[in-house]
Amino acid sequence: MKVYVAILLTAILTNNYILSKFLGICPFLGVSKKLNTAVGMSLAVIFVMVLSSAVTYPLNTFLDNHGLGYLQTIVFILVIAALVQLVEIVLRKYIPALYNSLGIYLPLITTNCAVLGVTILNIDSGYTFAESMVNSFGSGVGFLVAMVMFAGVRSRMESCDIPKFLQGLPITLVAASLVSLSFLGFTGLVENMFA
Amino acid sequence: MADKKSLRHEFTKGILKENPVLRLVLGTCPTLATTTSLESAIGMGISAAIVLVCSNIVISALRKVIPQKVRIPCYIVVIAGFVTIVQMLVQAFLPALDEQLGVYLPLIVVNCIILGRAEAFAGKNPVLASALDGLGMGVGFTAALTVMGGVRELLGSGTLLGFQILPESIPPMTIFILAPGGFFVFGLLMACANRLAERKGKPKAELGCAGCPMAKQCTAAQKKACDKPNGEGDKQ
Repeated sequence: MKVYVAILLTAILTNNYILSKFLGICPFLGVSKKLNTAVGMSLAVIFVMVLSSAVTYPLNTFLDNHGLGYLQTIVFILVIAALVQLVEIVLRKYIPALYNSLGIYLPLITTNCAVLGVTILNIDSGYTFAESMVNSFGSGVGFLVAMVMFAGVRSRMESCDIPKFLQGLPITLVAASLVSLSFLGFTGLVENMFA
Repeated sequence: MADKKSLRHEFTKGILKENPVLRLVLGTCPTLATTTSLESAIGMGISAAIVLVCSNIVISALRKVIPQKVRIPCYIVVIAGFVTIVQMLVQAFLPALDEQLGVYLPLIVVNCIILGRAEAFAGKNPVLASALDGLGMGVGFTAALTVMGGVRELLGSGTLLGFQILPESIPPMTIFILAPGGFFVFGLLMACANRLAERKGKPKAELGCAGCPMAKQCTAAQKKACDKPNGEGDKQ
C-alpha cells in the first residue's frame, strides 16, 4: 500500500509531468487560458492516460515475449491513436453530454506527449501492472493540478501591467517558471515521508 | 531560376523566418526538456532533424496514395518508423546520448513539428521541396535548441560541452538546469525573438490552435473554445 501512495504522490507533486518533466507543454500553454477548458482537457487526459496504460502494459509484455520489443514506439502510438478515436466515437454516440464537455479535446490528446510518455515511462521504470495504473492516474492528476493552478495564474496576469517586450507568450513562460519553482519545494518530500 | 529561388526559400524559411521553436511555437516539450546541456540539446536537434527530413520525403512521395481521411494515422506510422530507426542507431552508437535523452527520444513521434510539417507541407508538395523544408526546419530546430542548451549549460553548470568556461570563482546557478530555468530561458528567448520580429514588422509568436497539427480534427479549435477568453487575445 505504501508503495502505491509513494508513487501517487511522486507523480502528482515531485515529478509533476508538466512542471518537472516537461511533457504536455502544448496543452499547458494553449488550453490554460480559461479554467473550464483547462479542467475539461485535464479530465480527458486522466481518462486517456489510465486507459492507454491499461492497454499498452499487457501489449508490451506480449511484444517482449515474442522478441519484438523494438516495435514498442510504433505499437504504442498506434494503439493510443486508435483508442482515442474509439473513445471519441463511443462518447459521441452514447453520451453526447460528456462528449461536449470532454470529447472535444480527445483528438488533441493523440499527439500529447504526456500520454505516450506515461506509457513508455511505466515500462522503463519497471512498474507492475497495478503500480503503472496508479502512476498513470497520479500523472493525470498532476496534469490537472498544474493546469488548474496555471489557469488561475494566467487570469491574474491579465490585469497586470506587463512590460511590452514580455507581453504574450514570454510572460506566460516566465510565470510557468515561477509555478514550476514552487513545485521544486516538494523535492525530497516523498522520500522523507516514507523513509 | 524562379524555381531554384523558391527551393532556396523552402530551405531558409525554417531557419529564421518560420523558426519552428521561436516563431511557430511547436515542439516546446523537447525544447524545454533536453536543453539541460549543450550536448543533449544538439543530439536531440539532430535526431529530430533526421526524422523530419526522412518522414517529409516519404510522406510527400506517398501523398497521392494516402487517402485524405486516414492521413494522420498514416503520417504517424511513417514518423514512428523513422523514430524507431533513429532510436536504435542512437542506442547502438551513442549510448551516452541515449541515456541523456531517455524517454524524449521515442517521444520525437509526438513532436508537433514533425506531424505539423507533414500536415502543412509534405502532404501537399513535391519530394524535393519537402526534403528541403524538412532540412530547413530541422536546422532551425537544432539552432534554437543549441542556443537554449548553451545558455542553460553555461549559467547552470559553468561549462560548455563539458569544458569549464566560467572561472571557478563564479558559482554556477544550478536553477538554470532545473525545470524553472528552462521555462525562464525559453521565455526570455521568446521575448528576444518577438522583439526582432517586431522590428521587421512581423507579428509576434503566439501559441494558439493555429499551429497545432491536430487543429483540423479538433472540435475545440473549430469552436475557438480555447482562444481569446475574456478578451485576452485581443490585447497584444
